[in-house]
Amino acid sequence: MAQLTMVQAINLALRQEMERDDRVVVLGEDVGRDGGVFRVTEGLLERFGAERLIDTPLAESAIVGAAIGMAAYGLRPVAEIQFMGFIYAAVDQLFAHAARLRSRSRGRYTCPLVVRTPYGGGIKAPELHEESTEAFFCHMPGIKVVVPSGPYSAKGLLTAAIRDPDPVLFLEPTRLYRMMREEVPEDDYTLPLGQARVVREGTAVTVIAWGGMLERVLKAVVPYDADVIDLLTLNPFDGATVLASVRKTGRAVIVHEAAKTGGFGAEIAATIAEEGILHLRGPVLRVAAPDVTMPLPKMEEHYLPGVEQITRTIDEVLRY
Amino acid sequence: MPEEVLATFTVRRLSILNESGDADEGLMPPLSDAEIRRMHELMVLARTFDERALTLQREGRLGTYPPILGQEAAQVGSALALHPADWVFPSFREMGVHLTLGYPIHLLFQYWAGDGRGLRTPENLTIFPICVSVGTHIPHAVGAAMAARYRRDPVAVCCFFGDGATSKGDFHEGFNLAGVFRLPVVFICQNNQWAISVPLQRQTAAATLAQKAVAYGFEGVQVDGNDVFAVHRAAREALDKARSGGGPTFIECLTYRMADHTTADDAARYRPQEEVETWRGRDPILRLERFMTQRGLWSEEYARETKEAATKAVDEGVRTMEASPPPAPEELFDHTGATLTPRQAAQRKEP
Repeated sequence: MAQLTMVQAINLALRQEMERDDRVVVLGEDVGRDGGVFRVTEGLLERFGAERLIDTPLAESAIVGAAIGMAAYGLRPVAEIQFMGFIYAAVDQLFAHAARLRSRSRGRYTCPLVVRTPYGGGIKAPELHEESTEAFFCHMPGIKVVVPSGPYSAKGLLTAAIRDPDPVLFLEPTRLYRMMREEVPEDDYTLPLGQARVVREGTAVTVIAWGGMLERVLKAVVPYDADVIDLLTLNPFDGATVLASVRKTGRAVIVHEAAKTGGFGAEIAATIAEEGILHLRGPVLRVAAPDVTMPLPKMEEHYLPGVEQITRTIDEVLRY
Repeated sequence: MPEEVLATFTVRRLSILNESGDADEGLMPPLSDAEIRRMHELMVLARTFDERALTLQREGRLGTYPPILGQEAAQVGSALALHPADWVFPSFREMGVHLTLGYPIHLLFQYWAGDGRGLRTPENLTIFPICVSVGTHIPHAVGAAMAARYRRDPVAVCCFFGDGATSKGDFHEGFNLAGVFRLPVVFICQNNQWAISVPLQRQTAAATLAQKAVAYGFEGVQVDGNDVFAVHRAAREALDKARSGGGPTFIECLTYRMADHTTADDAARYRPQEEVETWRGRDPILRLERFMTQRGLWSEEYARETKEAATKAVDEGVRTMEASPPPAPEELFDHTGATLTPRQAAQRKEP
């Protein structure tokens, strides 16, 4: 089995799905000749040609909007938005159309579309290149929001997302693109959407994270008897796995790199409050970024939750 | 070095049938007498539907409704040029297109009565759901055209929108994409000159909307939108061109919104009645009837039968719509996704 980076794993997933299914096409800015600004689509133009690896004009709304038309026509488009900070121009298409095409047409038209975009901080990139506003997208029924945390999950989840009959926003943690290598099977496999993964078993505290934060959480929990849950899909999120863990540990810490107010941690905390409060021994705590917009690189480590902050919060909840 | 002229452009305007009912025979599209009568019957049907919708709304039997009065030629004339396999992306004021293509009348009423089941296009038609957010469906049409070409399907995609949509970013992005890839798509603007209270002159400083296509590298043509022959000819040529690989075309149908924006609007607040009266003289149906009279295709008896047939079809549509049982509460969750999420499944069971 090959040791791959996340970039290589995503590339492999795209290649294999395009080989398996001629409905799969990739469109976006610089995805063809350039192979994507992160080289995620490298080599695919040569293999599949310009009809299936489509370099579009610089127009995010048209990329997602055209992908909706392609999906309704019967293709399986995978649209790339170059950075999450540029997806806002396409939010109208995602919210007003992709999310509700199946519903509006009462099932006549569907939108099997994947929108991939690099997201998250810690890469010392310019403004709007490090956003993590996943919670906005989780509030819109009809769109799945999926976040891999490493090469293995990236391949399995992207394959599942492409085969999913409904729109999926696939957020790729940019910081992890080349940070780690994992064993990634060449064989066809999928990880089910909506299912979390228990990364590490423990009994004293549940720590819940996703995407780029998981790597920091795993460093932070080394000295603790912690259950660690990698959510993998934010919408619909795997409440059953979270609640089972909280019933066992009685304590929960949620870690995300997005701003605290209205972040997806709030939804998880509310779910624990609604369905698991009698099992709690202490408050559900959130480790999140402060309520400011993502700063420029010189300040980014003051913004992103660090290992020490996660450790401190685990200590705090363990005092109860 | 002297300055050079790199580009100049011209904009064609096509009109065939004037207000007196005289047609330019050299420009007439090839239409049999039966086809001309069919055009007229559909325009009468569209107007009858529209009149009934307004009445139903006033009686509380329909919700907010956007009238199509005055735009019958632009809608029927263009829709009659479509082939059954073509894909159509309408905005919210193209019920004349729906009726021409055979979209069931009761479903149109059902949608405007606030029942989403009316938006399910029957299987024999490829009409996208009515687009309410202005111009945002233009990229969908372009994407469908990309897919059609990838599939080597000999079809055209046709996208309808109003003058307001030409100010939107999706108009630019969609047109640009269509031009770059020379896609089989025809854009038809129903330029009725008013976007609620904003007149065309406040929507654009350009002399025509048609000329906007020039900047995207394809042809734009303005037609007299109240001239059903001009609309039909332009649409037929553009659709044939699209199906045979000639790329996109933009057709601006210059027409007029004779009624309010919707039943919730009062156009008297912002536009002079004299302007409306001027356009009343350019009525597209009246013009066609004058032509048909000259051709010997019109008689009192034919007119009465046509109106009766339209009224009967609309009556039947209202009856069927009102006989449909209301949607059951649990249908709220239907078609949200291929499968319900665990939380949706739980919510569906909640009282």
